[in-house]
Parts: sequence; structure tokens; C-alpha cells
Amino acid sequence: MTNVSAHSGENLPLLRARVGNHHLSQNDGFHLDVELAVPPGFTILFGPSGAGKTSLLDCIAGLSIPNSGRIAIGERTLFDADGRVNVPTAERRVGYVFQTLALFPHLTVAQNVEYGLTILSRSERTTRTAAILRAFRISDLARRSARKISGGESQRVALARTLVTDPEVLLLDEPLAALDAPTKAKIIDDLREWNRTHRVPILYVTHSREEVFALGERVLVLDAGRIVAEGTPHEVMSAPMQETVAQLAGFENVFDAVVDAVHPERGTMACHLETLGNVPPVVLETPLVRGGIGTPLRIGIRAGDILLATSPPVGLSARNVIPGRIVSLAQRDVIVVARVNCRVEMEVHLTLAARDSLELAAGKEVWLVIKTHSCHLMQG
Amino acid sequence: MSIDWQTFWLTLQLAVSVSAVLLVLGLPIAYWIAFSGWRWKFLVEAVVALPIVLPPTVLGFYVLVALGPHSPLGRWWIMLTGHSLAFTFTGLVLGSILYSLPFAVQPFAASFASVDRRLIAASATLGASPLRSFFRVIAPLSINGLITGIALTFAHTMGEFGVVLMVGGNIPGVTRTVSIDIYDRVQSSDYAGANTTALLLLVLCFVLLTIVYGLNRRAWAVGPVK
Repeated sequence: MTNVSAHSGENLPLLRARVGNHHLSQNDGFHLDVELAVPPGFTILFGPSGAGKTSLLDCIAGLSIPNSGRIAIGERTLFDADGRVNVPTAERRVGYVFQTLALFPHLTVAQNVEYGLTILSRSERTTRTAAILRAFRISDLARRSARKISGGESQRVALARTLVTDPEVLLLDEPLAALDAPTKAKIIDDLREWNRTHRVPILYVTHSREEVFALGERVLVLDAGRIVAEGTPHEVMSAPMQETVAQLAGFENVFDAVVDAVHPERGTMACHLETLGNVPPVVLETPLVRGGIGTPLRIGIRAGDILLATSPPVGLSARNVIPGRIVSLAQRDVIVVARVNCRVEMEVHLTLAARDSLELAAGKEVWLVIKTHSCHLMQG
Repeated sequence: MSIDWQTFWLTLQLAVSVSAVLLVLGLPIAYWIAFSGWRWKFLVEAVVALPIVLPPTVLGFYVLVALGPHSPLGRWWIMLTGHSLAFTFTGLVLGSILYSLPFAVQPFAASFASVDRRLIAASATLGASPLRSFFRVIAPLSINGLITGIALTFAHTMGEFGVVLMVGGNIPGVTRTVSIDIYDRVQSSDYAGANTTALLLLVLCFVLLTIVYGLNRRAWAVGPVK
């Protein structure tokens, strides 16, 4: 076995896995068939439950044996169905934090963390354990029983127990599920910090979009045992543009538009609406979708989602404020349908009370307020 | 009305020997039963469980035949040592081990199987060999099953009769156990002696089981709290 303290070397190794796995005992026909290369840093494995995420991690860790394929870290082959290589789990140096954490309930927190360090001398073991307990801010729990600590504390202990062994690959199966947001944010910071100093391939399974954007350098989307999408979080996670014309029915306002700029760090992009004649275009901030600058799109906005102000509004969270002038007002049952010309014509729905208190009338100058996420994007 | 302390001492020696051997022998068998994926595993499980339903005389008869000069095993032993295993203390221990096997193996296997598989997997991903996983994770978490198995084996051996009579006969100081002593006394109408001996055995077994189950319950509460 390799020495635990050995470092992974200068050129950072990739985790490469080609895995085909089907269980004869299961009649649901589930078949895992993926091929992936995971570079050092976070790679998010995203997908619905039952997509095969945990099965894939189990194969990489050697907890289940694939029917076909090959798994390797750099030059080191862990599994090869053709070459009949199957390195035992204990010798793979693949760190794995389970969704259930699996802390040893009969041991203390410190004993749990020390568990993977037996080949070190007693003093080095103690030093390393103390250091990682400090790094994860759980030093005061060291002598507590693993079954008598809270959920957030357990999550930290499970991470510390795996990270202290300096694994060459790290598998994290929803390690932060069931945590409140502040605790989650703190642990994500700890993980990021660890990743900065130990550049090893990390496969991180999650259901949470926030975690994808917080940690993700790359995302793999797994569905029904296959990788269906792969890319940066903004490429993969933003609304897939598969809305069809049928869905346009719900939008009173539909415009052709073109992407002007993308802001992945904010999860938004800027689009301009096509206008007739020589007027300057209307620019809207919209949610991010796949596709770059110049991509033609259609933007749908519900008339009920637009706010109307009679003076330029300030201090708003909404990102789109467009000046315009009321063209017409019409009452339909208990709502008022206003048509507003703001270089394009938009339909806005108001209550009767709003019309009366704002003293709206045709020809009045107004400002339309549209939230970024009220702009629904469709294939152009 | 006298108690034959020699038979008590002998019975105790027998029970301790059998428990000790089964603790060592039962662990790997139970481990295999709990974790093997072999499709014909149930055959082995059935063989291990056989002594529960088999009349002790049947088991004792086969053990006697196996130890005697008509079986290869018996002949090999006679060639090696010059005497037969039948009607010796060692022969008695062998017969009792087979007889008590399920009482040790079944509680062991049941408690091994109930250990969360993810804990065993976690141990492996942390670099532990199967042997280390067994001693650091599986066995400590199965402590109740281990205690139960050994207690049942011990008590079961203390009171066994049929196998002892078939394999060991009734040689004072060598193979005469308490239950045979009681049977002898009844045969010779020494009811008072049988009564005292039986009562002593009853009390002994009761005290033993009380201690074991008392400890066992504590084992639930004992954690690594310091």
C-alpha cells in the first residue's frame, strides 16, 4: 500500500472511468453506461434520484464490480474488466463520503477521524487528527461519542475522517443534504479551502442547484444511467431551452430577441428585443440559458408579472425598468388591460383599484418594472 | 445426599472448552454465512442448523461412529495416538462442539448481518483490510450477538445428555457430566442426591445466564463516552 503521506506528484492525475453495469437480479432494466474524465477540482454529478449516481461512485470506490469498463487514476489502473484487474477498495485510495455518512457509532469523533491513519506512528496520527479537527472546527468534539453529535457536526466529522487520509480521488455523495443553509455555506467554504491545497479529482453528487453554482467548476448530468449533459454550471444548469410553441400560449407578451452579453457569475444575461423601425432596441436582463452572444431567442413575459409605476422607481430589486407611454386601457371583467408603448408594445394587467389610485389614462407616461426571472426564454 | 463435585468440575471444563473453541471456530463460519454471496449458501446454513432439530442420540451415534476404528478419521487418530477418541474427554468436546454449533453460529451470523453495510464499506474506503474491518467495526457492533452466542453455547453444553452418553459413556472423572450423574442417581433411586444435584445445576445455569444477560444489557448502554 502507498504511504498515506505521499503526495500525488506534480502533474495532477485524472480520474478516468468507463463503467458498464447492469444487475441481473433487477428487472427494471437499469443499466449504467458512462464514460467520464474527472480533472482535479470539483466536478458535480447532478441528476434525479435513481439516475445511477451512487452506483457510479460505488463502482469507482470498488464497492461494486462493474460488468465492463475500466477505471484508473492517472497511470494507476483500479479496475479493468478485460485485463481482469480489480484493486480492493482498501487499496484504491479513493476517499468516499456517503450520503448516510456512516460514522462508526461505537467510536469517538477522534477515533473515527484516526481510523484511516493506522499505518502512521502514534504521534503523527495524533498530530494529523488534531490538525484536521481544528481545520473543521470540531476540536471540542474529539472525545464525544460519534452517535451523540448533531447532523452538521456529523457531516464535518465524516468529511474530516475521509480527507485526513489524503485520498487521490474524492467521492462525495450528497454530503450536505439535510443541512440548513448557513451550516452548508460554512462547510462549502471548508471544502473549497481543502480543494485549494489538495488538487485531486472530486466527484460531488448533489440535487441542489445552489451547491452546483457554489462549488462547480464542471457539471455532469446523469439520467437513467447515462451522461446526458456536461459543461460549466451555467451551460448545463440554466433553463434548458426546450419549451415549445405550445407553451407560448400562457404569455401575453412574446418577443424575438438576441443575446447581447452573458454574465455566468451572476446567472444572467442581457438580450435586446427586436424593434421595428429606427428606434433603439429595448434591453432586458434575463436568466442565463445555454448558448452564447448572438443566439436568437424568444422571450415570453406574462402580462400579470409586469409592474407599472407612474414615476421613475428607485431602490428596486427588479433589474428591468423600461419607460413608456400608455396606448390604451380596457376593462376585462375585474382586470384592466393596459397596452404600453415602450418602443415595443407590451400588455400589462392591473387591478381596477390600481388604475384608479394611479389615475391611469391613455397617453400617460409610465415605467414598466420586470423581474429578471419573469422573462421566460424559448428557442428562437 | 452428597454432591459429586468432580462431575461438576468436569462439566464446567467441558462447557468452557466448547465455548472457547466455538468462539474461535464460530466467527469465521458466521462471517461467511452473513456475507457470502454464494448461491448454495443455504445448504451450509441448513447443515449448521441441523443439531437444533436432530435428536442428540442420532448426532451422538454418528460422532461415535466417526471417532471409532471403522471411520477413516477414527483410524487416523488411532494410528496417530494409539487410542480411540471415543469415550475420552477430547471426544466429548468434539461431539459437544458439533451439538452446540448452531447456538453459537446463528446469533453471531444474525448480529454480523445486522451491521450497517455502509459502515463496513466506509471502513474499506479508509484503507482497512477485511480482517481489520471485522475486529474494529463488525465485532464491536455485534457484541450482543457474540455474548448471546457464547452464553447459549455454555448453558447448552452444561446440560447436554444424549451426545455425552453416546460419545463419552459414563466414566467418572473423564466423561461423567452432571446430567449423567443425575440420571444415574435416579436409576439407583437416589432421589435426594438427584434433587440436590439438579437444583445446583439449575441455580448455576440461572445465575450464569442472569450475569450474561445483565452484562448484555449494559453492552447496549456502554458507548465510548468518556
